[in-house]
Amino acid sequence: MYSASDFRKGLKVQIDGEPYIMTDFSFSKPGKGQALYRARLRNMITGNAFEKTFRSNDKLEKAALEERTMQYLYKQGDEYFFMDNVSFEQLEMSKAQLGDAVNFLTDNMDVEVLQYNGRPIGVTLPNFVNLKVTQSDPWVKGDTSGSDSKPVTLETGYVVQVPPFIEEGDKLQIDTRTGVYVTRVKE
Amino acid sequence: MIPIHGLHLRAVLIQALRTFFIDRGYLEVETPIRIPAPAPEAHIVPLTSEGWFLQTSPELCMKRLLAAGIPKIFQICKCFRKGERGDRHLPEFTMLEWYGAKSDYRDLMRDCEALLHHLGTVMGKGGVLEWQGRRIDLGPEWEHITVAEAFRRYAPCTVEEALAQDQFDEILVEFVEPHLGMTTPTFLCDYPVVLGALARLSPAEPKVAERFELYVAGLELANGFSELVDPVEQRARFLAEQAIIRLQGRDPGPMPEVFLDGLETMPPAAGIALGVDRLVMLFGGADNIDQVVAFMPEGL
Repeated sequence: MYSASDFRKGLKVQIDGEPYIMTDFSFSKPGKGQALYRARLRNMITGNAFEKTFRSNDKLEKAALEERTMQYLYKQGDEYFFMDNVSFEQLEMSKAQLGDAVNFLTDNMDVEVLQYNGRPIGVTLPNFVNLKVTQSDPWVKGDTSGSDSKPVTLETGYVVQVPPFIEEGDKLQIDTRTGVYVTRVKE
Repeated sequence: MIPIHGLHLRAVLIQALRTFFIDRGYLEVETPIRIPAPAPEAHIVPLTSEGWFLQTSPELCMKRLLAAGIPKIFQICKCFRKGERGDRHLPEFTMLEWYGAKSDYRDLMRDCEALLHHLGTVMGKGGVLEWQGRRIDLGPEWEHITVAEAFRRYAPCTVEEALAQDQFDEILVEFVEPHLGMTTPTFLCDYPVVLGALARLSPAEPKVAERFELYVAGLELANGFSELVDPVEQRARFLAEQAIIRLQGRDPGPMPEVFLDGLETMPPAAGIALGVDRLVMLFGGADNIDQVVAFMPEGL
């Protein structure tokens, strides 16, 4: 069971026998009032979503999902193909099923494929991935805008905020749970 | 990533806060962060430390200084509240509190106006704050609205109905707060008595406590009130809070007896707590509290 203080974006829970993922989560606490946990939950099979406000003593059941390690092979249109490293069995998932994960998938990457009653419904990525910068505007010396970050495009097409010294061709470590830049890595 | 821009703003703003209060004759004080008995409050959970507690607010110690005869005091300090984490919350955060003897919550509202004007000038914002796409005019006339009126205007039920259905907080957050402080800052005033554990009842309207919250662009910035200085009434309210805490399955901790003893000599006074991190968010245009602190607990 998860209590409300465990709630966060990406949490997978079970409600009435269906798996749900928390796609949005916010904590609020008015004045001297009680803590409120507002969550948006999306059914991982049907895609239907709803919002609900929980209190600190509310709990949600952990989703009974199975995971197996598979390798990401390639994509064709909006379909992404994966292979079981032991049985060589292949399966495909749609861009919609994968959600934010498409921002971080590179060829031959090992991922955990989530299955609910034998059906693939999503993937769990390594917490950190290294991705190459494919497009970055050079930093203008003497920039007085006061900003301490700029956007760059990574090899997957994902756009991320980074410090000004990052250049095209650099490899960056990205936290896949938050989508945030962590550090520049050496080859 | 350490938010260097946010830290610069933070330093300038805290300096400006100090100047504001020192210029107005307030004494800057420091009181212990680790205390044996915090004020029991139903929805504020303190962190423990070797059998004592980390303060959730410096309120009790500061009121003892008022009772000891210092008329105007302020403090900028760290406070700790268990489990509070979100875009606008950190479990360890920076609080500004100020107290004035012989004043009431109306004086505090005037202080808030003067303080934000001063900061607007120092921070080069003039009379306008821009935050999350809103332009907030700090100019002469700020909005004052009672809790009852705000519920009538924005909520699907009255404040009495919300309290009876145990839905006050939910309705406040969903229906009322998004309208507060959208063109000028808003003082949401006169809370139901049950929501003002340390506030004085209004002499004119004894069903409400002389408590207000200051909102800017929907962001709750400060909570102030005319202080309750009746030790008998204060003990009764603490006992009521302790009963709620026990119902939640928590240990309310010891009664703050030394504080209650000191109330005998406390002059009529008013005091207010203002979230410094949120103030930096407003003046720095930051959407998330993480952008205005050096480190978050997750990054340590």
